[in-house]
Amino acid sequence: MKHLLSTQDLSKDEAVTVLDTAAQMAATQSREIKKLPTLRGRTVVNLFFEDSTRTRISFETAAKRLSADVINFSAKGSSVSKGESLKDTALTLHAMGADAVVVRHWASGAPHQLAYSGWLGGGDDHVAVLNAGDGTHQHPTQALLDAFTMRRHLVGRVGGAPDDGVGSDLAGVKVAIVGDVLHSRVARSNVHLLRTLGADVELVAPPTLLPVGVETWPCTTSYDLDETLARRQPDAVMMLRVQRERMSGGAGAFFPSPLEYTRRYGLDARRLAMLPSHSIVMHPGPMNRGLEISAEAADSPGSVIVEQVANGVAVRMAALYLLLAGTSAEGSVQ
Amino acid sequence: MSSGVPSLTTVLGAEEIQRALTRIAHEVVERSKGAADVVLLGIPTRGVTLAHRLAERLAAIDPAFDPAVALGDLDVTMYRDDLRRNPTRAVGPTTLPPAGIDDKIVVLVDDVLYSGRTIRAALDAISDLGRPRAVRLACLVDRGHRELPIRPDFVGKNLPTSTEERVSVRLHEVDGQDAVVIAGRGADEGSAR
Amino acid sequence: MTPTATTGAWVLRSVRPLGGEPADVVLADGVVRQVAAPGTASVPDGAAVVEGEGHVLLPGLVDLHTHLREPGREDAETVLSGTRAAAAGGFTAVHAMANTSPVADTAGVVEQVWRLGQEAGWVDVHPVGAVTVGLDGERLAELGAMADSKARVRVFSDDGRCVHDPILMRRALEYVKAFDGVVAQHAQEPRLTEGAQMNEGVVSAEIGLAGWPAVAEEAIIARDVLLAEHVGSRLHVCHLSTAGSVEIVRWAKARGIDVTAEVTPHHLVLTDELARGYDPVFKVNPPLRTAKDVEAVREGLADGTIDIVATDHAPHTREDKDCEWGAAAFGMTGLETALSVVQQTMVDTGRMTWADVARVMSTNPARIGRIDGAHGRPVEEGEPANLVLVDPTASRTVDGAAQVTASSNTPFQGTQLPGRVVATFLRGRATVLDGVPVDPTSEVVA
Repeated sequence: MKHLLSTQDLSKDEAVTVLDTAAQMAATQSREIKKLPTLRGRTVVNLFFEDSTRTRISFETAAKRLSADVINFSAKGSSVSKGESLKDTALTLHAMGADAVVVRHWASGAPHQLAYSGWLGGGDDHVAVLNAGDGTHQHPTQALLDAFTMRRHLVGRVGGAPDDGVGSDLAGVKVAIVGDVLHSRVARSNVHLLRTLGADVELVAPPTLLPVGVETWPCTTSYDLDETLARRQPDAVMMLRVQRERMSGGAGAFFPSPLEYTRRYGLDARRLAMLPSHSIVMHPGPMNRGLEISAEAADSPGSVIVEQVANGVAVRMAALYLLLAGTSAEGSVQ
Repeated sequence: MSSGVPSLTTVLGAEEIQRALTRIAHEVVERSKGAADVVLLGIPTRGVTLAHRLAERLAAIDPAFDPAVALGDLDVTMYRDDLRRNPTRAVGPTTLPPAGIDDKIVVLVDDVLYSGRTIRAALDAISDLGRPRAVRLACLVDRGHRELPIRPDFVGKNLPTSTEERVSVRLHEVDGQDAVVIAGRGADEGSAR
Repeated sequence: MTPTATTGAWVLRSVRPLGGEPADVVLADGVVRQVAAPGTASVPDGAAVVEGEGHVLLPGLVDLHTHLREPGREDAETVLSGTRAAAAGGFTAVHAMANTSPVADTAGVVEQVWRLGQEAGWVDVHPVGAVTVGLDGERLAELGAMADSKARVRVFSDDGRCVHDPILMRRALEYVKAFDGVVAQHAQEPRLTEGAQMNEGVVSAEIGLAGWPAVAEEAIIARDVLLAEHVGSRLHVCHLSTAGSVEIVRWAKARGIDVTAEVTPHHLVLTDELARGYDPVFKVNPPLRTAKDVEAVREGLADGTIDIVATDHAPHTREDKDCEWGAAAFGMTGLETALSVVQQTMVDTGRMTWADVARVMSTNPARIGRIDGAHGRPVEEGEPANLVLVDPTASRTVDGAAQVTASSNTPFQGTQLPGRVVATFLRGRATVLDGVPVDPTSEVVA
């Protein structure tokens, strides 16, 4: 891997390699000494154009556990009030000798531009770019940690041995992703990755929150959560966060009221009971309890929401390892 | 030696490998005054297989040795010092005995001892995993050319080589046959000696 | 006597007017003096000769939609640099859009732009007046004052923004009838395009850029043609870009509504697939659409539903394009590539003749802009010598940095385009010779 920009770029073998590497990383994280010397001397820059303390801390932890030097670079700004330009920031980071840039940006495509503009150098000298969420485009490490979590719970245990499903894909796993798909980079990343890994995905949302063009995505869609839960009996239900600003905006609001959203698309105790007993409940966080997910669902035995956070560190360690540990020449993992 | 086909020379056969392992097993027991506190850690890939074979022999010699609780795999990938010189390596599993390695006599098991860098990585990995009473090193072949101050405690065979040669250990469980093979040694040169 | 660019007579030998039979064309005193069979023209003493070698002679191109950026954004383009680029592209007249700073919403600003055009001398600059004060869409600008000014404004547009208030649009359509003006509408329903970044569809859904639905354009066009019919006004639709828009205009024309429509060169060839690389050079308003839309606008242009090709030449500084897609400015340069794109998409494909090109890039835009006394004239004796000579067999690789415009945001960077402007004449004076702009003050020895 040269960069990690989109889950669409990952082949099945590559995706499984990331998950398998993450499994080994996760194993090291239960030890007393969690730190590994692997990336000693390498510099990872967390470049955040958008606030996200959770994601930043997760990447920072991952990089530090691998002994990389971490520089946090917060370059807040918006399309309205531009701060330092992306280009100048990139040139600065390159001059400072960054080996990898973890970038979170409000603009879809900004990581792609960083990776391919030449602002970060090129050739042997290239800086790996890791997309930590761009606009409404992609958030690949979130999808990878979701897949990792699903594999641990739904695949690894089928054969009896709790082996985290190492080596396996997600063939036949039924997943429902529920909520604001339109604005969700998490949904976009998951649809493609889960499909690549062989899972069956159904998106469930009010029609206003599904993008025009979704019909070409490798998944099915539904407007009716009850029907999806009853008919598909999903192995995993992933609830997406509903942004508060989607409810306001008068005529432009995407649904009439929070109450109506909760009634139609919230995961509550009644809907939880419709799920098979082995099903897991997921949420990328931070949750709006009482809106898209009730406390009963969030705190239920099937909830793996807290574990998702822990797995996030392992998956990000794996991504950093795979991007930075080898020679810069492109090549598959040996 | 103008032929373009690399010549292969078998330096150890199946029987010799078995005998070497049996001898090493006896040496381990002797050196450790019994095998009760011994933990074998195999270094992937073939070191793991060799460790399993050694474990069987230790159990046969000293019934106090229980392979189920005294055998593990030590993946040293993330401790290597040559990661940036090679294509990305897959990270393998590290499995320790349930009781860990604190106060045990750890015997590292590898197939070929060469520069010593893998063992250096293994020693670093061990120090992150616990505090053994002692760490010893067993290898099937020592081919010399050490780059670090490391020496084996138990050796199946000392094999003088040149750096151009490639030594590979083949094991039945992995490769379908037991043999130690040298590639790159000229046939003429070999027969002249 | 040595003929000069300013004063000399010219003989264009063996050129093909509108792509037809070869002829020798003599220019003198600012007009076409003679069109004669090869070798039979009476050549004035000291006339300079251009060997035509079968090149195509067209009336000088007229752009109804150019952003010259002056006043306000002289860092992106000036009247001087923009009109020089226009001449290089084969144009003899351009309509300068009103979204400058200050906005061209008063007689003072339009006269300033008009005067700058006169001084530059590369092409005739016809300022477009804003429909509403400050382009704010709230109240009418003094349209009559601009019409009566030295700039004689006939085209009014809030381009860049849509006159979306229906009552305001109705009033504008009605009011400009008094001086035979036309409202050129930038059809973009603002509420349907809040934050929009690219065409809404399969690509936008996948790459996560906010979508710009076709209906936001089509709904305004549908409303406006009905308004134009109701009040008996003429309406011009800027840069239509969707198959639906073509159908609506086709329907309106069949109904007898006095509507004209334009398409840009880039909408004739580029699609929204180009957004996948997030290069803001492809960010434009209206956005690049799908292959189906490209086919529809080509068909509409060929069958006359779409009257003209206009460049929507929108130069931007490097800073405004060297950034995130979401932060980048909309627009692309077009003056120097327009004719080549039309040749590639319409002529070389057999859908149009060179006479059709003259119609959609010269005659029709001149008529819509009411400058058809001087521009868009036939290539005949006694007509103003506003002409462009094109070598359709040439081909070139586009390099934004090497273009004459002050900006380099061409979407055709590095691509091969057919055709080359050999010479441009403005009232008998060569503004471009051998493909190179000729400074109006310099003496040229042919």
